[in-house]
Amino acid sequence: MSKTFPRGGVHPPENKISADAVIEQLQLAEQVIIPIAQHIGAPASPVVNKGDAVKAGQIIATSQGFVSANIHSSVSGKVNKVDKVLDSTGYKQTCIVIDVEGDEWVENVDLSPEIKKEFDFSGEEIIKKCSDMGIVGMGGATFPSHVKLSLPPGKKCNVLIINGVECEPYLTSDHRLMLERGEEILIGTTILMKALGVDRAMVGIENNKPDAISHMTLLASEFKGIEVHGLKVKYPQGCEKQLIKALINREVPSGGLPMDVGTVVHNVGTAFAVYEAVQKNKPLIERVVTITGKDIPRPVNLKVRIGTPLTKLVEAAGGLPEQTGKIVNGGPMMGKAVGSLDIPVTKGISGLVLINEAEAKRNVTGPCIRCAKCISACPMGLEPYLLMTLTEKGFKEKAESERIMDCMECGSCSYICPANRPLLDYIRLGKWFTGKIIRERMHK
Amino acid sequence: MNNLLRVSLSPHEQSKESTSKLMFGVVIALLPALLASVWFFGRAAILVTAVSVASCVVFEYLIQRFLIKREPSIRDGSAVVTGILLAFCLPVNLPVWLIVLGAFVAIGIGKLTFGGLGSNPFNPALVGRVFLFLSFPVQMTTWPVPKGFATKYADAVTGATPLSILNENYDKVAIDQLMTDSQAGLPGHMQAFWGEMGGSLGEIAAFALVIGLIFMLIRKIITWHIPVSILGTVLLFTGILWLANPSDNADPLYHLLTGGLLLGAIFMATDYVTSPMSSRGMIIYGVGIGILTVLIRRFGAYPEGVQFAILIMNAFTPLINSYVKPARFGEEVNRG
Repeated sequence: MSKTFPRGGVHPPENKISADAVIEQLQLAEQVIIPIAQHIGAPASPVVNKGDAVKAGQIIATSQGFVSANIHSSVSGKVNKVDKVLDSTGYKQTCIVIDVEGDEWVENVDLSPEIKKEFDFSGEEIIKKCSDMGIVGMGGATFPSHVKLSLPPGKKCNVLIINGVECEPYLTSDHRLMLERGEEILIGTTILMKALGVDRAMVGIENNKPDAISHMTLLASEFKGIEVHGLKVKYPQGCEKQLIKALINREVPSGGLPMDVGTVVHNVGTAFAVYEAVQKNKPLIERVVTITGKDIPRPVNLKVRIGTPLTKLVEAAGGLPEQTGKIVNGGPMMGKAVGSLDIPVTKGISGLVLINEAEAKRNVTGPCIRCAKCISACPMGLEPYLLMTLTEKGFKEKAESERIMDCMECGSCSYICPANRPLLDYIRLGKWFTGKIIRERMHK
Repeated sequence: MNNLLRVSLSPHEQSKESTSKLMFGVVIALLPALLASVWFFGRAAILVTAVSVASCVVFEYLIQRFLIKREPSIRDGSAVVTGILLAFCLPVNLPVWLIVLGAFVAIGIGKLTFGGLGSNPFNPALVGRVFLFLSFPVQMTTWPVPKGFATKYADAVTGATPLSILNENYDKVAIDQLMTDSQAGLPGHMQAFWGEMGGSLGEIAAFALVIGLIFMLIRKIITWHIPVSILGTVLLFTGILWLANPSDNADPLYHLLTGGLLLGAIFMATDYVTSPMSSRGMIIYGVGIGILTVLIRRFGAYPEGVQFAILIMNAFTPLINSYVKPARFGEEVNRG
C-alpha cells in the first residue's frame, strides 16, 4: 500500500506528455543573461565589469551574507554589460549579460563523464563546497542549500528526504533526471547525508513514474541507508510539509521548519547538483528544463546553461503554438505566468508550460455555494472560502487567527471550487495584509 | 505572434466541476425516487413535480429580473433542485394553487430575500413545505393511498401514513401488537422499503432514495457524514427507546424506513448552503437532527419531526461553522 499525506489534496490531470523525451543538451546561445538574484536571500554582488573576459564556471557575483548564494558564469566569452534587464520575476533586475565565445571552462572543473562514487570530505567541507559552488534548491524554491544544511545549535536531524515527487502536472525534468542520472543523484544523497550527519535517507517518488521507482530502487540497493518509496499520486505531495507527513508521518508545526521534526528535504535536482559540485568541482551553471504543453510540436526536456533566453528553448521544442494564451514558468498549479519569452533561464526554472487560449481563460465566478470542497482540498486544514471573505471585507486580524499565514499557495482550493471563485488571489492579498500587521507588531 | 499573453495568477488550471453540474447531479440522484413515485402514485406525481419545478424556476427568474433587477441565475440548476425536493414532500393530491404558493414561498422568501444561492440560512424547500404545513394543515395531512397508475389525482382515496398511525396510538395501544395487526393499516418493513405505503411523493420508496445516496457519494456530490450521523443517531435513540420499552415503540429499522427521514437525511439536510462546512461540524449537525427527529416523533404532537429538526439545526449552522474548525496541519505536532 503506497503512502500519501492524509488530508486535502486534489487530482489535476497529469499530462506528463514529455515523460519519454530523453534529456537533450541545448546548443549554446549567442548571448546569456545571468541575474544576480536567482535565490532566496540577498542578491549576489557582481565582481566583473563590462569588457571582462570570463570562463565557464568562473565566479561572477559573490554571495552577500549567510542567506545568499554565489553566481557563476555558465559560458565563456566577454561581459557585454551589467545592467537592469527583464527577467522571470517580471521586473527588470540587475543581470550580467555575456556574449558567448567558445566553451572554455575554469581549470579545476572535472568535465569527464565518469561517475565518481567515493568521497572523503567532512560535513563542514561539503557545506562549504555547496556554498562556494552556488548550490540552491532546484525544485523551484531556490533556497541556498548550505543554509539548509547548517543546522542551528539544538536542532538535530535523523533522516534526509529526497524529493523525486514532481507532483505538478506536465513537468518531467526530475523524472528524466532520475532515469538518466540516478546514480549521481544517489551519490549526491550520500554526500548530503554526510553533511547532515544522518545515516538514513528516503527518496519519495510518485507512482505515476513506475520506471523511475524501479530504476532508483535497483540503484539504491548499492547504497547504504537509502530507501526508495513509491507514493500515491496526489497534488501537492511535492510540497515538503506534505511529503514529510507522507513519508515519516510527522507534521511540521505552524511557522516551523522541517528540521523541527528531525528532517531536511532536498530535490533530486539539488542532490545531482551537489554531486557535481563536490565530486567534479562544477558550480551550478546548467539545469534540465521541460518545455511542454498540449499544442507544442515537440515536448522536450532540455539541459540548458543558466542565462539562456527562453526563446531558444521554445524554438527547440518546435516553436510557440499559434493559439498560446498563457506561458507558465513552472507547473500549472503553482507556476508564474510570464509576459515575454525574452527572459533567461535561472536556477529555479524547472519547466515552461504553454497553455492554449481556450484553457487559459478563467471561467466566470459564481456565488459561494458552501459546498466545502475547498476545505476538503486544503492540505493545511484551512477554510479558503472564509479566508477569501475575511480578506474581501477587511477582517485582517481574524484572518491571522484563522491561520491564513499557514497557506502555502498550492492552489488546490481555487482549482476545485465549482463556482470558480478566485480563492487563492484573495488569500494572497490577505497574507500580504496580515504579514504587514505581524511585522508592525514585531517592530514594537 | 501578435496575441497578448495572459498573466493571471496561479493556479492556471481549473477542475471541470461546476455549480450547475453538482445541481444536476442531485437531480439525477432524485430520478429513482421520482420514478418510484410515478409507479406508486401515477401521473399525479409527474404533475405535482412539474408544477413545483416550473413554479420555482419561473418565480426565481421573475423575482430576480424584475424585483431585484439582476441577472437571473436559473441556469445554475438550484431552483430545479428546490422544485423537485418541495414536490417530494407534498401529498400527491395537493391542489395546484397550493403547490405554486409553496414554490413562491420557498424561492421568494426562503432563498431570494436572503440574497440568493449561497446566502440563505434555511433550506428553501423546507421553508416552503413548513409554510404550507402550518397554514394549510388539512390539505397537507391528507394522504392519497397509492394505487399505481390507477391513482386518480382529484378524487384519490386517502389514508393515514404509518407514522401518523403510530403517533395516534403511542401510550394508548401496545405498539408491537399494532405492528402485527393487519387491520391497523401499518405496512410491513419490506413494503416500507419498496415504497408501498402512504406518504408524500418522494418519501415512500426507501430503496430509490438509497440508490440516489450511493450515486451522490460516488460522484462526490456529498460526503457520508451528514446522512450517516442523522440515521445513526435515529437508530441509536429509537433503539434505546425500543429496548427499554418494546411494547410502546416501533423498532429502529421501522423508524428508518418510514416518514421523511431518508429523504431528509439524504437530500434535505445535505443541502450545501444550510449545512456546516467541516466534517466534525456536519456530525454535530446530524446528531442534532437525529435527536430532534426522535423527540418530535415519539414525544411531540406531530407524527413526523424531520422537517422541523432540519430547520432548527439549519439555524445552528453558522454557530457550528464559527466554533468547529477543521483540524489544522501542524497543530498537534506528530513526533513520529
